[in-house]
Amino acid sequence: MQIKPILAALKRHKAGTVLIALQIALTLAIVCNALFIIQQRVSKLVRPTGVAESEVLTVQNSWVGADDATAASRTKTDLLALRGMPGVRDASFSNSYPLRGGGMSLGVKTDPDVKKPITGATIYYSDDHSIDALGAKLIAGRNFLPQEIRWVGSNEFDAPAQVIISKALAHKVYPDGSALGKPIYLALGETGGKPSTVVGIVERLQVPWSGNWASNFVEYSVLVPYQSTGAFGSYIIRAKPGQLDALTKAVPALLFKTNRMRVIPAERGVRTFAQVRDEAYKSDRGMAILMGVVCAVLLAITAAGIVGLTSFWVGQRRKQIGVRRALGATKHDILSYFLTENLLIGAGGVIVGAALAIGMNLWLVSHFEMERLSLLYVVVGVVALLLLGQGAVLAPAMKASRVPPVEATRSV
Amino acid sequence: MFAYYFQLGLRSLRRNPLLTALMVMAIGFGVAASMITYSVFRATANNPIPQKSDQLYAVQIANWKPEDLDKSEPPDALTYTDAVALMQAHRARRQTALYPVGPSVVPADASQLPFRETTYAWYGDAFAMFDIPFLYGGAWSAAEDGAHAPVAVLGKALNDKLFNGANSVGKTINLDGHDYRVTGVIDTWNPQPMFFDASNTQGFGDPAELFIPFTRAIDQQMGGAGNFNCSATPGSGWEARLRSECIWIAFWAELPSAAEAAGYKRFLRGYAAEQQHAGRFNWAPNVRLRNVTQWLDFEKVVPPESKISLLVSLGFLLICLVNTIGLLLAKFMRRAPEIGVRRALGASRKTIYAQFLVEAGAVGLAGGVLGLLLTGLGVLGVGLVFDPQIARLATLDFSLMGLTLLVATLATVLAAFYPTWRAAQVQPAWQLKSN
Repeated sequence: MQIKPILAALKRHKAGTVLIALQIALTLAIVCNALFIIQQRVSKLVRPTGVAESEVLTVQNSWVGADDATAASRTKTDLLALRGMPGVRDASFSNSYPLRGGGMSLGVKTDPDVKKPITGATIYYSDDHSIDALGAKLIAGRNFLPQEIRWVGSNEFDAPAQVIISKALAHKVYPDGSALGKPIYLALGETGGKPSTVVGIVERLQVPWSGNWASNFVEYSVLVPYQSTGAFGSYIIRAKPGQLDALTKAVPALLFKTNRMRVIPAERGVRTFAQVRDEAYKSDRGMAILMGVVCAVLLAITAAGIVGLTSFWVGQRRKQIGVRRALGATKHDILSYFLTENLLIGAGGVIVGAALAIGMNLWLVSHFEMERLSLLYVVVGVVALLLLGQGAVLAPAMKASRVPPVEATRSV
Repeated sequence: MFAYYFQLGLRSLRRNPLLTALMVMAIGFGVAASMITYSVFRATANNPIPQKSDQLYAVQIANWKPEDLDKSEPPDALTYTDAVALMQAHRARRQTALYPVGPSVVPADASQLPFRETTYAWYGDAFAMFDIPFLYGGAWSAAEDGAHAPVAVLGKALNDKLFNGANSVGKTINLDGHDYRVTGVIDTWNPQPMFFDASNTQGFGDPAELFIPFTRAIDQQMGGAGNFNCSATPGSGWEARLRSECIWIAFWAELPSAAEAAGYKRFLRGYAAEQQHAGRFNWAPNVRLRNVTQWLDFEKVVPPESKISLLVSLGFLLICLVNTIGLLLAKFMRRAPEIGVRRALGASRKTIYAQFLVEAGAVGLAGGVLGLLLTGLGVLGVGLVFDPQIARLATLDFSLMGLTLLVATLATVLAAFYPTWRAAQVQPAWQLKSN
């Protein structure tokens, strides 16, 4: 196929050529970035939490008019009632749980004399039932013993003698894998403090936060053998297989029967873990869907635009095509003429588009804490748009190839 | 002439229904995507108190050492120590410390369950500062603030719930087992974003329905229902919490003139310098005074999702317009012979311009109508993409409907300029000859 005559012909259609190339360039820039946003959001929302998600129910509870002593005794009564319920495998009480949204975090150090913690980690108030209630997997060491559990006030925090930590945190603070039995120090910006011995390691447990700011400590969790006497807290209830649905109604009913001086919020008060996950990642999932829809519609419109303009060109050049056919060009020659023409325009478009895509990403990086675009997305986008162009031009090009040579003899 | 051109335009659009449908759809989708995301952006970037946004200032004081600060910005809330010191100094025309609390309302009717409302502990001045309208009664007095009095102001919805909307001033309500006397009931008040507590709500949340004196909440040891951030562990107990360098209280000052604001900033610097001399701060004074719009900007209440999706949609609209330019060009140039005839029969370039721009306007209007339908559907579906607290603020009102049609028509007419110019350049002689 000769490229020169095609270029000569394109010169006579500068506006149309530039418009198609521009459209391809802009589409490439947006589609690359949109796909990248989709990939980032999706990779976030498929992260496992370490919780037996299909079996866990959470209930947010706050006591009305209770001081530390009465709150503790009421919570204990609740836990006994919950654990005795048919359909309940285990139940525990905590300040928070993975993906809840709010929680507590502290710094973790291995040397009490340095000020700066190695990392932040979330603190989950737990007892000897917590690991089973969450469905977390203990992979080393042991669970808390009943006699280790202490009831503490909501304004107190004093490092516990024992902690259970997540595997990711264990590797972060003791990279040689020797965390079990070693001390860690839970503190903020001060030196000193009491050591807490790592008595157990769970395979995985996510922090309560799903925001980007928490992504550098997303699996750093510390279980402390404390139960809070404060008025606020959450019950984590693990259902026996198939019992979860029944429990979503039965649990609040039982709790109000046990003691009605409590508030369980009407909205978000009783949530299965599926709902917890759904709500935590709502905006991430929404953003991925939105970008997906934009990509699909954008590609469709660009393809339709190419079909429209090329059809127009074919209509305009019927006579010339007829002349070429009369002079001996085959149908295949005509077809490949239009395909090559589109490929040339597309190539121009994707070169500009790739630069635009990278520029747009750099701008997003500097303004929205996004990550750098992987070049793979640009390559995939370029190939996709070139194929889209070829696909779009196929129908009008076929039509052109069917123009009979006799067309040359007709005036207009 | 306009009506005639409009008719011509419609006839020409009917001639290639596929091409027309393509253009209308491109414009419809482009405009709808932009308008849906704009409706969300508009809601989140709203100025919640336009009449006073440059008179109300949020105060920040760096009470943590410089290496604990993010980009040397002071924390976005105050310690109890600083909030109380600023209240006592009383250097602004009005001022209030505030924090969200979580008491339970215990209904007098024992058959009803206790419940919770969004509650703020603040000073009596806050009602006047934030222009909160009262239905009955009014704010509690400065004396009641000083006396740590058990008084409360109810929101309209809460008053409807507890007293069936009757004037409840002087009656009592029970919070966590303690009686509070109602001094006033406010009318519906729900500034969005919730500028006064942007640090806890990220700007959006359920409207506040209950207000009690800050001093009373502290007496009752009401823990915050909001953030409590520390640079060092605070120690145990309520007193330790109050003495700690942990931040959990917002502070607002009303400073009606620029001179007063400058004066207050000097006062804040002086206060921080005093703390430095007293040995509490080991660093130079680092304070901020931000008005409502600056504060909302600092707290980033417009979610990045909203900005990114608006930008992407505008890019989408741009592509749709480039597409429309191409299709209009094809469409108009196909009619070169017709244009040639008209020109030969005496039509001026100007009339050609008018005819084709009107035709493009018709396409734009049709695109706008489609865009309006899609925007309506999209606004209903905004809840799938954004936080429900934000999604419910995105509405299709008359101004958005007007904007949709306007943007669609205007954008299409703009896009039509180049194709129309090309159409007007058609040489009548050349066209007639080749026929």
